[in-house]
Amino acid sequence: MMKILVCISQVPDTTSKITFMDNNTAFNTAGIQFIINPYDEIALSKAVELAEGGQGNVTVIHVGEAASDATIRKALAIGADEAVRVDAVPRDAWFVANQIANYAKEQSFDLILTGRESIDYNGVQVGSYIAELLGIPSIAIAKKIEINGTEATIDREIEGGKEVLSVSLPIVIGAAEGVAEPKIPNMRGIMGARSKPLQVISPIDVPVLSTIKQYESPAPRGAVKLIEPDNVAQLVELLHSEAKVI
Amino acid sequence: MSILVYIENIEGAFKKSAFEAISYAKAIGELTQQEVQALSIGQVDESELNKVGKYGVGKVIRVNTDKLSQFQNQAYAAVIADVAKQVGATSIILSNSFSGKGLAPRVAAKLEAALIDGALELPTISGSSWEFRKSVFSSKAIATVETSAATKVITLNPNTFEAKEADTPISVEDFQPSVQDKDFSTIIKDIVRATDKVALPEASIVVSAGRGMKGPENWGMIEELAEILGAATACSKPVSDAGWRPHAEHVGQTGLAVSPNLYIAIGISGAIQHLAGVSSSKTIVVINKDPEAPFFKVADYGIVGDAFDVVPRLIEALKLKKG
Repeated sequence: MMKILVCISQVPDTTSKITFMDNNTAFNTAGIQFIINPYDEIALSKAVELAEGGQGNVTVIHVGEAASDATIRKALAIGADEAVRVDAVPRDAWFVANQIANYAKEQSFDLILTGRESIDYNGVQVGSYIAELLGIPSIAIAKKIEINGTEATIDREIEGGKEVLSVSLPIVIGAAEGVAEPKIPNMRGIMGARSKPLQVISPIDVPVLSTIKQYESPAPRGAVKLIEPDNVAQLVELLHSEAKVI
Repeated sequence: MSILVYIENIEGAFKKSAFEAISYAKAIGELTQQEVQALSIGQVDESELNKVGKYGVGKVIRVNTDKLSQFQNQAYAAVIADVAKQVGATSIILSNSFSGKGLAPRVAAKLEAALIDGALELPTISGSSWEFRKSVFSSKAIATVETSAATKVITLNPNTFEAKEADTPISVEDFQPSVQDKDFSTIIKDIVRATDKVALPEASIVVSAGRGMKGPENWGMIEELAEILGAATACSKPVSDAGWRPHAEHVGQTGLAVSPNLYIAIGISGAIQHLAGVSSSKTIVVINKDPEAPFFKVADYGIVGDAFDVVPRLIEALKLKKG
């Protein structure tokens, strides 16, 4: 039976307006609805698909405080069998990866899945860090994952195409769009999620290597210059002589 | 202390993003008065290596063994870390490409280095403290990241730092890295790459289209426009979800974030999730028949009109301009 670990982070809903507080040094979470990171949801859906029919067991792991238990229960409702929460503020990717690797090193998972990146800090780091800490292979951005026994066949995203790779398990893979259709929890899943095990463990110490000092919003653009549809030559001219982009 | 820039080749050729990384490394070298060396792994011809000198870095370390002729994530990360240690590099620079994203954390962990991903510009340096700006929240905001770590791994976002020519004679030194067998974990079975098209992540111009195109059969004019402009094609999420276009073309918060010089959005309304992925583009053109489309609010130039009418005219006007 395949043992699968899925790393879950929670992020602001994609429709969120992002604002900051404390002199632009912290993200303002007031009024923000948190969701499972969309790529992590794809990874989880793939894990649940692979484990179907008793083929595997899916553990989700999350680094966060008790406030994120609702996100973890959602992951259990989607179909994970059990959950682990490392009780700490997820300071940065290096911190999170160390917590997850520390848990995973005793558990001999066959497959560790993450989303390709979180849509808040967009680092694309946690999966590769975990793999390096565990000394196993990693594919940071996968468009397709097939598992056959102890062998994984993966489409790795490259500029303008894909690379088809074959790798022996265990491996860490970052799931991108196309890996699986996101699963929507049904009523049975939601009811069942309440009684599934959620283990809370303490964090380990990890040195701080970098910190975010300040946030800013992107500079606003000037008003749009409207061009008449029957005068596209003017647009071409403006792009050439004013914007200087063609 | 020195700077090492890893220059990625694709089938033996360096792409624009590699030259941007070289120029970026050279600029940091000038800021900090450190020597810069470039590292090339895999099979690259002498004439191609000479291009490194064209962008101002003269010392090239070449690793070209049979086993390393094709990209291997773990092995390449081991080589980069090994070379960095051998030459005493404390700043290691890579492109924030698909391969670079997979390499950088592994290299950083091996060197116990801080990792700055997706740097948008040169760091602000004061003493041992380096500050970088990077996009966060899928380009809805920019964060300033500070590090005082002795060793830093920095990935540079494509299209954010201009490659500058500065002719320098090059010297190539071959290096035999120590790589363990276990680092060769993957077998490449196939590589599928559309070589005739511009790759989206590093394209200077992107032509993107949405549901307003009504169906995949209407993409001919989008591709024609892209071809005339030397642009990559992209699309909105509903379009890739519907299977009209491949997921790799999906630009937005849950797709690819791009920052080309010119982004032309055709028949895309401009949902907040889409805008997140494109708002750092330098110039945005929006063509939409709905004057209330939110995309116009973040556009530099707009045409309120039917794509099926405007796009063919635009193609004609560009052909005329080109002569």
